[in-house]
Amino acid sequence: MTAAVETSTFQRRARRAPPTLVVGAFIVGTWIALALLAPWLTAYDPIAVDVTNTLKPMSGEHWLGTDSFGRDVFSRLLHGARLDLQMAFFGVVGPLIIGTAIGLLAAYYGGVVDALLMRVLDVTVSFPYFVLVIAIVAVLEPGLRSYYISLTLVNWVTYARLMRSQVLVLKNAEFVLAARTIGIRDRRIMLRHILPNAIAPSIVFVMTDAVLTIVLGSSLGFLGLGVQPPEPEWGVMIAEGQVYLKQAWWIAVFPGIAISTLALGFSLAADGMAKLLHAAQ
Amino acid sequence: MGRFAFVLRRPFQLIPVIIGISLITFVLLQLTPGDPVRVMLGSRASPEAIQEMRTRYGLDRPVIVQYGYYVMNAVQGDLGQSLAFRSPVSKIIAQRVAPTVYVLVYGLALSTLLTLALAVPAARSQGGFVDQLVRLVCVTVVGIPSYWIGLMLIMFLGLQLKLFPVSGFGPDPLANLWHMFMPALTIALAITPILTRNLRATLVAQMNADYVTAGRSKGLPESYVFWRHVFPNSLLPTLNLAGVIVSFLIGGTVIVESVFNIPGLGQLMVRSVLTRDYFTVQGVTLVLALGVVLTTFVVDVLTVLLDPRVKL
Repeated sequence: MTAAVETSTFQRRARRAPPTLVVGAFIVGTWIALALLAPWLTAYDPIAVDVTNTLKPMSGEHWLGTDSFGRDVFSRLLHGARLDLQMAFFGVVGPLIIGTAIGLLAAYYGGVVDALLMRVLDVTVSFPYFVLVIAIVAVLEPGLRSYYISLTLVNWVTYARLMRSQVLVLKNAEFVLAARTIGIRDRRIMLRHILPNAIAPSIVFVMTDAVLTIVLGSSLGFLGLGVQPPEPEWGVMIAEGQVYLKQAWWIAVFPGIAISTLALGFSLAADGMAKLLHAAQ
Repeated sequence: MGRFAFVLRRPFQLIPVIIGISLITFVLLQLTPGDPVRVMLGSRASPEAIQEMRTRYGLDRPVIVQYGYYVMNAVQGDLGQSLAFRSPVSKIIAQRVAPTVYVLVYGLALSTLLTLALAVPAARSQGGFVDQLVRLVCVTVVGIPSYWIGLMLIMFLGLQLKLFPVSGFGPDPLANLWHMFMPALTIALAITPILTRNLRATLVAQMNADYVTAGRSKGLPESYVFWRHVFPNSLLPTLNLAGVIVSFLIGGTVIVESVFNIPGLGQLMVRSVLTRDYFTVQGVTLVLALGVVLTTFVVDVLTVLLDPRVKL
């Protein structure tokens, strides 16, 4: 009996999955698959220079043409997916963990720590986000590692704020008071009782944040402050194609389409997850 | 009178934020590798010149005192010396404010038009085809990097159709309406999805409010209800987004100024990072952050003046 009930619940859930979530997950999944399979999908080295084959238009040999160094654009696009997906992942995970932990602790214990957190939030929000990231990258040095560091330093506040607003409500909820009454320790209450109930909005935001992270990371690559050439990062590729807009439009156009579709996938997934969460509440 | 007293009180609430901003920009420079004086004067400076600089910026004193010097100098408009330009940072910044503000305001104006054109029909067809279409457009556009949008505009409108010039910021504000159209449109496209989503949500919420139902049941025409009641009441919440929007816009100008080669603060920021001109980076960061604070303040004041219910 129990098994039958569970199945039907599961089926109802699956039927309720919003179409935007399905389409979004499909797009992101496709890009992940392309990134993983990149070495097997294309025969060309994404970095090796071939001076005899520069600025070739699209053909059976080079599906998306070649760039000014004679490198295959399709191959660079697939290998670039590895870098940009990696940026999306690590750019989000660090702030998520740190911000969630700080928001949880500050809201749960309150007092001075919480007041301090609020001041830090006020100040960080008043900085133009992108300018602050660039300023921190400037102090370190242009590159992927600096990008992760600066993004974590700037972005954790968003997750801290999301978590804080949830925990402030939950810490006075009856089940938490009950847990405290029977003598469960703070640590366990926070991790086992509050965190699972408070994390959903942050998880939805992760998807939206992934869009921002990809756009921001590739912007830095474009400006010469992020991933450095000759790495096939999409923003770097667009910067390299900027000069050849007239003669060889494909160099700059295809990476832009790649970023836009991947970002669209994450946006749709975020939209669907938000709906799912809304329906669950 | 009570609510106008706030206009006087509010600046004092901003003090902790401004102190925070000065602290962060100060720490940024402290973290840079190397000696800031050498950065300012170059490696071939004479020992006397170096000593003079040290005294001027208090760099031979403890860090706390250095911070004091930084704040005192900044208040007096001295943001240090740029090595790359061989002139005071504040002077370079002053020269580059105009193009940035021009593009920002122009972009905001275009974005307002676009937002109205998208959000109003979407809200009026709530849940219908137009609403879904507008939502899809917003979701798509938000993920397209603005530097790429800029390049595509250059390619199609600039190089192929030759409708607009691809770069250049002149002294004539009217001619700039023409020259800066593509940069402004690029920025507008970056923020329009956020504004549209927000305005649409507010409009929909207002349309379901009791006073609107009361108006309808009184027999008022739907368009009268919408334009006279719903619409004016929906503008304030969107106006309150201004702080976020300005922060976003400034990020946008950094990119757009680089794409379209506009001699503004954003382009200065990127070039200074690449040439390791740290004092300029610090100065631009400080000025832009203060710009955001100031805008948020002005919007807060406007909100109070426009809406008698708001008390802060």
